[in-house]
Amino acid sequence: MAVEVRIPTILRTYTGGEKLAQGSGDTLTALLDDLDSRHSGLRGRLVTDEGNLHRFVNVYVNDEDVRFLGGLQTKLADGDNVTVLPAVAGG
Amino acid sequence: MLEISQAMVDAVVAHARRDHPDECCGVIAGRDGVPTRLFEMENAERSPTGFVFDSAQWLRVYRDIDDADEEPLVVYHSHTATEAYPSRTDIRWSATAGFPHWLLVSTRSEELELRSYTILDGVVTEEEVLVT
Repeated sequence: MAVEVRIPTILRTYTGGEKLAQGSGDTLTALLDDLDSRHSGLRGRLVTDEGNLHRFVNVYVNDEDVRFLGGLQTKLADGDNVTVLPAVAGG
Repeated sequence: MLEISQAMVDAVVAHARRDHPDECCGVIAGRDGVPTRLFEMENAERSPTGFVFDSAQWLRVYRDIDDADEEPLVVYHSHTATEAYPSRTDIRWSATAGFPHWLLVSTRSEELELRSYTILDGVVTEEEVLVT
């Protein structure tokens, strides 16, 4: 199950500067495990110790924010594209 | 130092005045550290004390910037009752948001208050705004 992942500038230190990473997995959480096996540390920037998505990042599957889908349990299919962005907020 | 055109400064201030009493927010894209385009963002919180980029709009804007080989250079927002200085919340979010410059406007009075900062590892440093 091949999935293309678009990585934001701030996280490209984990991908050797590459904008795109290739991964596989039938859920978002499986995909992140797979990515982390080749881009060590990336998962920890996206997922908290409690196993939830960090509030500091947005993850989209086919342009839908996964917070409005199934979160980390969102199902993935062959050819899906995933985009990671820093969330931006302040006070 | 942040070098920025008068037209962009005017656009930021107009956005801040228009959204007052809520905070406004937006992005200035750049290339090689020089501002190129300004994107007004929707404050998903619609709040007088905070802002959150609307996530769907942010995806479109980020992709537009990235496809043009530009970078998200400046995040701007307004404070509506306090000075144009980064709040504790701003400092917390700066660590992961990835913007070289934080541009702040205060709309607490009629007087223009626009200041720019770098925030690195929680350390706020004011920088000169050079209007060209």
